[in-house]
Amino acid sequence: MKKTLVAGALSLLIPAIGLAAEYNLTVDRVKIDTGEFVKEGVGYNGKSPGPVLRFKEGEEVSINVTNNLDEMTSIHWHGLILPFEQDGVPGISFPGIKPGETFTYKFPITQSGTYWFHSHSGFQEPEGAFGSIIIEPEGREPFRYDREYVVQLTDKHPHSSERVMRNLKVTPDYYNRKQQTVGEFFSDASENGFLSTVKERLAWGGMRMMQADVEDLQGFTGMINGKSPKQNWTGIFEPGERIRLRFINSSAMTYFDIRIPGLEMTVVQADGNNVQPVNVDEFRIGVAETYDVIVRPKDEQAYTIFAESKGRSGYARATLATEEGMEAAVPELREPARLTMADMGGMSGMDHGDMPGMDHGDMAENDEMAGMDHSNMANMDHGSMAMPEAGPSDPFYAEGSGLVPTAANGGKFLSYADLKAQKPLYEQREPAREIELRLTGNMERYTWSINGVKYEDADPIRLKYGERVRFKFVNETMMTHPMHLHGMWSILDVGAGQWNPVKHTVSVQPGTTVYMETEVDASGQWAFHCHLTYHMAAGMFRKVIVEGGPESTQAASSEQSSNAGGDV
Amino acid sequence: MKLWKPWVASAIVTIGAIPALASGQDFMADTTQRKQPLKVWGAQFEELEYRYSDNDEEIGVWDADFFYGTDKFKARWLTSGEYSFEERAYEKLENQLVGQIPISTFFDAKAGVRFDTPEGPDRTYAVLGVTGLAPQWFEIDANVYVSKDGDTSADLDAEYELLLTNHWILAASLDATVAFSEDREIGVGKGLVSTETGLRLSYDLIDRAFSPYVGVVHERKHGDTADIARAGAGSTEDWFAVIGARLSF
Repeated sequence: MKKTLVAGALSLLIPAIGLAAEYNLTVDRVKIDTGEFVKEGVGYNGKSPGPVLRFKEGEEVSINVTNNLDEMTSIHWHGLILPFEQDGVPGISFPGIKPGETFTYKFPITQSGTYWFHSHSGFQEPEGAFGSIIIEPEGREPFRYDREYVVQLTDKHPHSSERVMRNLKVTPDYYNRKQQTVGEFFSDASENGFLSTVKERLAWGGMRMMQADVEDLQGFTGMINGKSPKQNWTGIFEPGERIRLRFINSSAMTYFDIRIPGLEMTVVQADGNNVQPVNVDEFRIGVAETYDVIVRPKDEQAYTIFAESKGRSGYARATLATEEGMEAAVPELREPARLTMADMGGMSGMDHGDMPGMDHGDMAENDEMAGMDHSNMANMDHGSMAMPEAGPSDPFYAEGSGLVPTAANGGKFLSYADLKAQKPLYEQREPAREIELRLTGNMERYTWSINGVKYEDADPIRLKYGERVRFKFVNETMMTHPMHLHGMWSILDVGAGQWNPVKHTVSVQPGTTVYMETEVDASGQWAFHCHLTYHMAAGMFRKVIVEGGPESTQAASSEQSSNAGGDV
Repeated sequence: MKLWKPWVASAIVTIGAIPALASGQDFMADTTQRKQPLKVWGAQFEELEYRYSDNDEEIGVWDADFFYGTDKFKARWLTSGEYSFEERAYEKLENQLVGQIPISTFFDAKAGVRFDTPEGPDRTYAVLGVTGLAPQWFEIDANVYVSKDGDTSADLDAEYELLLTNHWILAASLDATVAFSEDREIGVGKGLVSTETGLRLSYDLIDRAFSPYVGVVHERKHGDTADIARAGAGSTEDWFAVIGARLSF
């Protein structure tokens, strides 16, 4: 009796102290102006990117989403832990939002940090349908800052997404203008010797793989908060202030290497979860990832936020300045990265006999390979001549990989291995089982799949509520895949045990095996996919069904699904 | 009829409830486009050119390809022809309708029909072929043909693109035709029939959609076919200067 009274009193109090909040979003056709081209796109509340949604940990939000498009839409709350019916994936969470309809999302906010939201319908997300989410924590944060900015990146392409998809299917190298040319052959030959260059080219040609296959989609304009490099988004600061920059990569396809020349960055959060602070000069942000960094500019000057695409085919740029209109120098793009045989490590069906002088087993010991790798590394960072003989390494890249990033100033480049959780989210325990997911594809056909099966032909992955599973990603392709599991956390195994970082998107580099563990604590059905738009659309996608769960959820979900079935 | 409705309704409810009870949970099925095979179309003119021969012959040539389908099956219309401006006639006019399926990582098999309707006698063939990317980046297209009268022949097209820069491309091509039986009416002798080698320098002007080029093409008839041509006072060897564009939509 007492308990009921207390609960009743509490529930009366809740709205009074602001624990329920209502938000309105309209989904609109918008014009996106990059300063180089103007394009029709999709945005929220009349703009792309959409607004910054500010939630508070512990509140119950309701978000009214009105679809002003003439097609179905949806909003997925990327990284948010919520009931699956609120996750916003048409065909998995709910039927979608019809034209003219208003759908109200309702869910409790049980976490804090930087996240984002985007459409999960068709190609609306790469067309501009995304925004950011900041969730203020209930308690104090383990770091201080005086000012904060969202820095939301995207790769705006002049072609419509439908056209990009079709072009990639018809001609997979359609957008690749960083391919190896006759000129590069001769410069490699003069550097590494004619014969070894011929051998190298023949080895790659034998596999019908391109060393230059680093970025599927080039020709984009890198944008920060809706501004192109020319339009130069600017964040104002007072010298001496600590500024929290909430980086979100909302690109369709592009990984960015981010630096702010003249400033050291302290990484304090990854994918919304606090990490033990790491000071870095530069970091790589995968598609759909977020990183929060704190910078402390002491001088009254402008600083350039420079986000160079991984394949060096484009960049985004913004400025931190003490007043509007101030600018700092914009660095030159570095030389494009080239894949090495090490990045092909996972390729199945590779004919060893076809690769003269190259042996998988002792890749690192092979003199010829070492020579090649060195040249590739030199290309990546031609500024620093004092390159260690072995080239840079990172445990999350294949040994001898051509993709290992290095800091432009020769300093510290963030690795996944540096990420340690600030506070473990879950108790450490042994996973019940391991699920192997081979990331597979065929670049010449532009088909992407998991375990060799595209989504259209795949059965769902079934998990049991309450179990802890270990996912083993084996990347057998030459592309990096940012794998995103909806609804449950991805605990990335960096070998730190209970301090392993908790993420929502895990990048798996070519030729590597990466493990992550998931506490299966959310019933329902969820999407699990590569977050590269055109890989997802080409089949690198799975449905995950979590069987069992708390009684109440079960009843609610079966009711929901019968409703949904009725609509369809 | 009135009695029916509630009965049907309750039956549906019961049927609906059974799997729900059996699995404990009954989630919606994904019927969105994501779960459907991706359908793709393409339209390309590999060659669309004007040729000027060493004996002042002027011809218009095209070699185009239109397709629609999925990763598992594509329907393809392949069309090629040579039009003589002087004679105002098609020296060659070939249309193929084929279905195409993948057979290995880099190769597809295709099967269908080919209709030849140039100036002169027409021919209809059944076609069986493979097309794909061979090691060292050679694009290969090989076919065997059986005509209605039982004449068999084969052809092989190979192309290699050399990237001078990322926009200037030098493409070398070789087409060779072999006949396993004579078809004198259309000037084909047994053995190696003809070869066409080409070298084209192109520039990607608008993405990969419009790439103008210039080049040279060498056509030659061989063996019995050359004898037949000579007997009819036709030429057995021609050099052409070509100008044209590669188009892709």
